[in-house]
Amino acid sequence: MADHILLRHRDVPDIDELDVYLEHGGFEAFKQVVTSKTPQEVIDVVRASGLRGRGGAGFPAGVKWGFLTPDVFPRYVVANADESEPGTFKDREILERNPYQFLEGVAICAFAAQANTAYVYCRGEFWDLAHELENKIDALHKSKLLGKGLFGTDYALEIHVYLGAGAYICGEETALLESIEGSLGQPRLRPPFPAAEGLYAKPTVVNNVETLTNLPPIITRGADWYRSIGTERSPGPKVFCLSGHVERPGNYELPLGTPFRDLIFKHGGGIPGGRSIKAILPAGASAPLLPATDEVLDTAMDYESVPQVGSQLGSASIIVIDETVNIAWLVHKTTRFFEHESCGKCTPCREGTYWMHHLLMRIERGEADLKDIDLLDAVARGIQGKCLCALGEFAIMPVISGIQHFRADFEARIRNGR
Amino acid sequence: MTKALVTLTIDGNEVSVPEGTLIVDAAKKVGIDIPVFCYHPKLESVGMCRMCLVEIGRPARDRSTGEPILDENGQQVINFGPNLETSCTTPVGEGWVIRVNSEKALKGRKQIVEYLLTSHPLDCPICDKGGECPLQNQTMEHGPGTSRFLLDEKIHLEKHVPLGELIFLDRERCIQCARCVRFQKEVVGDPVLGFTNRGRRLEIITSSVPGFDSYFSGNTTDICPVGALTTADFRFGARPWELNRSASICPHCPVGCNLTLNTRREARAAGREVIKRVMPRQNEVVNEIWICDKGRFAHHFASSEERLTKPMVRVNDELVEVGWDEALERAAEGLKDALNLSKGGLVGIAGGRASNEDLFLFQRLITELDGQTVLDEDLAGGDLIGEYGVGRDTDLGELGSGDVVLVIASDLHEEAPIWWLRLKQATERGVQCIVANARPTRLEQYASHIIRYPYKRAAHIALGFLQAVTKGDDLTPFKGDRNLQKAARLFEKAENAIIFYGGEGLDYKGSEALAQACARLLAVTGHVGRANNGLIAVWSRANTQGAWDIGLRPNPTGHIQTFEQASVAYVMSSDPVADDPSLEGILGEDIFLIVQDLFMTPTVKLADVVFPARSFIEREGTYTSGERRVQRFYPAVLPLGETKSDWRIVMSLANAMGIEMDYPSAAAVMLEIAENVAGYEGLSYQALSRVESQWPHVGGRNLAFGGTAFENTQGLGIQIGPTMMPDEPIETALTIPAEEPEEEGLLLIPITRLYDQSITVHSSKILHPRLDVLHLELNPKDANLLGVGDGAEVKFRLNGRSVQLPIRLLESVPEGVALVPRNLGVQVVKPTPILIVPVE
Repeated sequence: MADHILLRHRDVPDIDELDVYLEHGGFEAFKQVVTSKTPQEVIDVVRASGLRGRGGAGFPAGVKWGFLTPDVFPRYVVANADESEPGTFKDREILERNPYQFLEGVAICAFAAQANTAYVYCRGEFWDLAHELENKIDALHKSKLLGKGLFGTDYALEIHVYLGAGAYICGEETALLESIEGSLGQPRLRPPFPAAEGLYAKPTVVNNVETLTNLPPIITRGADWYRSIGTERSPGPKVFCLSGHVERPGNYELPLGTPFRDLIFKHGGGIPGGRSIKAILPAGASAPLLPATDEVLDTAMDYESVPQVGSQLGSASIIVIDETVNIAWLVHKTTRFFEHESCGKCTPCREGTYWMHHLLMRIERGEADLKDIDLLDAVARGIQGKCLCALGEFAIMPVISGIQHFRADFEARIRNGR
Repeated sequence: MTKALVTLTIDGNEVSVPEGTLIVDAAKKVGIDIPVFCYHPKLESVGMCRMCLVEIGRPARDRSTGEPILDENGQQVINFGPNLETSCTTPVGEGWVIRVNSEKALKGRKQIVEYLLTSHPLDCPICDKGGECPLQNQTMEHGPGTSRFLLDEKIHLEKHVPLGELIFLDRERCIQCARCVRFQKEVVGDPVLGFTNRGRRLEIITSSVPGFDSYFSGNTTDICPVGALTTADFRFGARPWELNRSASICPHCPVGCNLTLNTRREARAAGREVIKRVMPRQNEVVNEIWICDKGRFAHHFASSEERLTKPMVRVNDELVEVGWDEALERAAEGLKDALNLSKGGLVGIAGGRASNEDLFLFQRLITELDGQTVLDEDLAGGDLIGEYGVGRDTDLGELGSGDVVLVIASDLHEEAPIWWLRLKQATERGVQCIVANARPTRLEQYASHIIRYPYKRAAHIALGFLQAVTKGDDLTPFKGDRNLQKAARLFEKAENAIIFYGGEGLDYKGSEALAQACARLLAVTGHVGRANNGLIAVWSRANTQGAWDIGLRPNPTGHIQTFEQASVAYVMSSDPVADDPSLEGILGEDIFLIVQDLFMTPTVKLADVVFPARSFIEREGTYTSGERRVQRFYPAVLPLGETKSDWRIVMSLANAMGIEMDYPSAAAVMLEIAENVAGYEGLSYQALSRVESQWPHVGGRNLAFGGTAFENTQGLGIQIGPTMMPDEPIETALTIPAEEPEEEGLLLIPITRLYDQSITVHSSKILHPRLDVLHLELNPKDANLLGVGDGAEVKFRLNGRSVQLPIRLLESVPEGVALVPRNLGVQVVKPTPILIVPVE
């Protein structure tokens, strides 16, 4: 994208320095909302823009903010920087290279939520990044862009950085809140949802880093402008994470609705070594994998179109798989990941991921029978619809879709091993 | 405020329950048992195990108008969600249709069982839980007959993890239901258990030193739905189906927890039935379904090899075993001789360990012989409780917002743990708890007001309350500070108010003044004569209240004076010499001493005649709890040796003295008590054994739901009401404590710890690591003045003897005070000034 909206550092060097950011209109949006808008007005603008959560669920941000229980204070805003989905590295780039736009987004969200405290929850492995973020926050304090009495009003805001400790499940918003509260990172029962009872049982907004980074331009350029990008139901720019068998893996900021084909071949340079594309995982490990048919490759990458071909856009972490990959091997990897990351709270996910992993290990080692493929499928389907949170539900997606579209790969593994 | 009723249909059964009822509980009301593991009716729902999955259908409504959507027949359309939902986390909704046993739900449940069994070890043949295991039962009922999982792929984890030395954890069996973690966190408020790690390796750990440091740890083994948590006492002991059960009452403290004693015949015990374990018996108004670890583990004394089994008489200065006839003859002779020579009278001393039947006949015998009975007790006020005790139908579980409880001069957590637990939970329902003590105690964590005062001045505090309420001139010297005044006003305005009082830091007269002031306070504020209002004494024994009710009274001047006027003493269920070794001199000399007890105590050692008594496990009887609930206990094992129940021994002695006393059974004695003891009218063993259905359902068919605590089928007991009514004129005496001169040195105060070296606790070897050793607790400032550090040895003189012991420094000890826990080797009856010197 020529004029980046989110990955602005690709257009403006050194925008991770505060003075450069300010020179380029930084914190104008925050100042505008604090001095001349009401929190409700901000919520209305964001709702009108149609901004959808970029963490994976795609829930309309403005609608979520509207669920905050009225008259209950204090409120909290939590930025989800736990980015742990395999194949996802967009938030990291934003936090490392365009941190102030993100922090301004946090601030705008906090104002709209009438919160005076915000947290940035970073995955435990981001310790350097978190440290840098704290420096950036200090710089904002020194420039009176955070702290008490902002812009001569009585609005005050503190942003704290919080480090996780290496658990994927802490990207699930209620497990994240548990972690901040000092408890074991395990998801809570919902309802109640965080907007009603979140951090310390107070109304809380939890949003993804990328989602929040959208807010400053929405404020300065307006909802209508925002809707002019992307599709009608999935407006706005999206940072697509491309990885796997491509010439140029990396983050690409493109309008929502861009087809897979454009991303993979036009921007990503296609498959190296002249090999052919076999499958794509459109949402990291958390959605069904798709065979790389023309129909799939021509599908628009937005929240409505991808489900039509049997998967989800999720966090838009597109992992490209070429012909050299045995899908059983791939599914083994995703399953191993989910077994490792399962929090253990609910029976089907805790026991089911263990079981599926062991089945796949046997398939890999060539110690399985053909009927073990059906068993694997049955175990996965037995988990479906029974879990306490989405991790278990997502863990089975590559398994079921892998067997559905590439059963031959599994059979080959089993036969070859004998 | 009564809740609105919600009507819904569960598997075709219509049921109406209060709003907020969980589906799983609503189903129980129509006899449908939805299987559960992590759910427990006394814990917050977590929806973790996913066993309680059901189909939930909700009435369809138009999204915009909210109007019900009807089908072509005009019937409400019911929308079933795409997924099964947990019935333990979902409260009922109006018009909902729940499918518990549909094909989809059955299939889902079967799948969950299969998942659980993949990592659960095939331990049934060696697992204690086998036979009373919710996982076994629910697998048989809801699970698949075979598993598709490969045995070789089962996970292997630690199997004998001691969480402390009382509770063992098996990580393979644990199904991560979190009941134990939640019990400690929610019910006890002491999160010494927690989870660590994740996934299948999610495991229970204990964060305390010693491990699982909680007086209620044993309860987790009742609610654990598998054999993951087992007690060191019962482990590998017996199969549940081999066990017989007998209802009993805990003999250790005045709460009166209902127990079930499980017994089995053992070859090792020469064919006798022995106690294999002590379990809670459900009595929701006393102990719910819980017992403390002392009640659970400290039962071995009753089966101890040290028990006296045969009568003994003194021959040439030695005690020799004889038959009952000879012993009774000797006792009768000695009694008659001593009385004839009329140098002094007969004194009968009994303690609160004895049952109502024992004490009643004892009182009668002594009175018949023109003797004087003395209750072996340091705390006054039991007579006041006859007037000001809590009203009938008192239930600490019913206290709520607007109610106040005052706890003064007592450390409930150590002295009566289940009362501590009930009050802790009461504060979480909105009860305001005022805790008054000279030092911090565990209940303060939940107190709305904390009142600190110097030791010996507890009565002053109660009088301060009275002053704040009545503004009486004579009470002006006791006017308290603002904190106390606020607390007093709170107490006055309370809808219901209860006072728990103890004797910490008080001598007998001090405790009498305290009890009187508390009684008066309750009377003037109208908190008498009705349920959940009144006075409760924290006695040190199970049946002290019964003893007072029957008419025994302590001698306020102490035992030495008691014995000085006696020529013959008959001591039952009491050990005065252990409390005051100086009595050895008096008792050894001119007094003819008859002692009736369980062990060779210091008092027994001086006796002329010894009668071996039965323990609570070998006989029946009744205890009156501190809340004045009379409860029956039943025999669980055959009597040891030639022991007899205390009341029978009294009766035999009476007969040997030519006094008519003929009761064929303890039940008959109770009928006599009902005729003669005020307040006990209408009591009978039959009435005391009545039961009614209780919620939640436990035991039996409900192992998964409520746990393995036993149902109560043998009696809920009857609560005696007080005589004082709200509008009656207040005639209680009030003692205004005299000013005491300041004494030199430190004030030595005895305090109570749950685990001590008394024989009832020490006989249980598994408790040995938890028993404290003799020590003196000092404030660091006082230690500094003495020039001693933590652990240093000091000595002082007490009652004519020299005592040496190590000190422990604690900030929580008030300055000018030295605390010594009871029953560790140095007995102090009342606050005593001492001069401490370091040992070189």
